[in-house]
Amino acid sequence: MNLDFETDVTEIDAQLLELRAVADPDSSTKSRIAEFEKQRDAKLKALYADLTPWQTVQVARHPERPMLRDFIAGLTTEFIELHGDRLFGDDQGIIGGFATLKNQQRFMILGHQKGKNFDDNLRCNFGMARPEGYRKAMRLMKLAEKYALPVVSFIDTPGAFPGADAEERGQAEAIARNMMDMAVLKTPIVVIITGEGGSGGAIGIGVGDVILMLQYAVYSVISPEGCASILWRDGSKAAEAANALKITAPSLKQLKVIDEIIPEPPGGAHRDYPAIMLTVGNALAKTLKNLTGISTGKLVSRRYDKFAAMGRAR
Amino acid sequence: MGWFSRKKKQEQPPAVAKEDVWVVCPGCKAHVYREEWEKNLKTCDRCSFHERLTSAERVAMLLDPKSYTELNPRLTFSDPLKFVDAKGSYADKAAETSAKTGLKEAVITGIGRLSGRKIVLAVMDFRFMGGSLASGTGEKIRLAAEAALHYRYPFVMVAASGGARMHEGIVSLMQMPKTCAAIARLRDARLPYISVMTDPTTGGVSASFAMVGDVHIAEPRALIGFAGRRVIEETIKQKLPEDFQTAEYLLAHGFVDMIVPRPKLRDTLHQILAYRRT
Ligand SMILES: [Zn+2]
Repeated sequence: MNLDFETDVTEIDAQLLELRAVADPDSSTKSRIAEFEKQRDAKLKALYADLTPWQTVQVARHPERPMLRDFIAGLTTEFIELHGDRLFGDDQGIIGGFATLKNQQRFMILGHQKGKNFDDNLRCNFGMARPEGYRKAMRLMKLAEKYALPVVSFIDTPGAFPGADAEERGQAEAIARNMMDMAVLKTPIVVIITGEGGSGGAIGIGVGDVILMLQYAVYSVISPEGCASILWRDGSKAAEAANALKITAPSLKQLKVIDEIIPEPPGGAHRDYPAIMLTVGNALAKTLKNLTGISTGKLVSRRYDKFAAMGRAR
Repeated sequence: MGWFSRKKKQEQPPAVAKEDVWVVCPGCKAHVYREEWEKNLKTCDRCSFHERLTSAERVAMLLDPKSYTELNPRLTFSDPLKFVDAKGSYADKAAETSAKTGLKEAVITGIGRLSGRKIVLAVMDFRFMGGSLASGTGEKIRLAAEAALHYRYPFVMVAASGGARMHEGIVSLMQMPKTCAAIARLRDARLPYISVMTDPTTGGVSASFAMVGDVHIAEPRALIGFAGRRVIEETIKQKLPEDFQTAEYLLAHGFVDMIVPRPKLRDTLHQILAYRRT
């Protein structure tokens, strides 16, 4: 699926589709295919070199973008999923478990899970977790602390679920407690924002020692649409709000809210899974390695200082 | 003015100074003597309506006279995004609000005595951009918690906020983990942290420092919740019950310890803090 600002690419893609359908292509067809592919890649590269914040939002929300289960499949040699918060249920909007990277590093993986189709999305509620999801995440983090395993938290959510049941079971309390407990968790925490970093629903599993972010992910206090409808009194002004909110990786790096930007292939992570898995895998391996051997006391006090420095008035 | 209305007025206390003598309760429309209204700390003893207080009024009702010293009184908002919306710049809007209210931020913090006991107190003020949480707010709360840690005083928070301040974007969001991390330090040091939730305590404030107290006290009928009622109704395509996200609803679902009418708040805090043996 191409996005609306990718029309040039879509035209080339259509031609490519036609050419590829040719049975027994001759050498001129083959060279035309190669030519079109080159054109398309150049177009994508040019387009993606200069995405607006609102276009970035669309890439971050792309339905084919790799979701947590894709990352698990692409990054790990083993995944033992753990279920349930031991209090109410097993939310599918946040999943997690023991995992081993291809370089044998073991860790606790957790994060939001979005679906790729309607049935998936019904199950995981479009990546909008309920309190039991946040509480399951904390249970796994406490287990990681006990086993001296680092935690890697993947963030990709439109926000915490705004439902009556979620309120009833204490959505606010679940998110607040997670942040408090993550702040002092005695094991390294790596956070990686892979798609949408939607407000409280994101930060509820987003406190860490190192915050990584994919190049075309976004991270915001409110959705551009929500901000536009409140401050512009017009939800269609989302692109303007997206500009004003400074939600893209380069802006967030400048604001020192994230530490490192993980580059994506031209045209976004969804166009090249093997490439993004390799980059993310390498970034995680390096980050985890850098965090080993730091005493937990030092780790926790550095984590405190990191967040204390954010938005410190001068 | 007609004859009837003139006659009606004569049956009531002096018309000239009406607002000075009477308050119409916004809850039940009853006329209450202002003196009585003030004595009840701006609450109605007929319908238990609680009027929103300014932070100064709250400090005056909770702390012993002349015992309050403000912490970081000059700490004010910053504009990390250089935010401009349809109505203009955030810097102008915040400066205007500041001039109008005399407040530097949506919270004031300080040290004082509550019934003789030294505490650190933070009080949010809804008049400053809806009591919203942003960099200045979060930093003042963190520094107040640090002061509590330094002096080993209990920390009492009186929340009143519509949530995170959009105008400071992601930096506002980061005040949620920042404040929670500071509260975690109080927990590690076994220092009391009491959260008082007043109307309203919602969004990013309900989902951070306000909801991680040792004891949660709510004022009667205060609105407390994470997501907005309208957003939830649009999501679930259902009307929500009248009492949804009220203090009473949170008590019934186990998220506050008690609902305390304002005239009893100071004594209740005093009673609870007396149990501390650390
Ligand atoms: Zn009344």
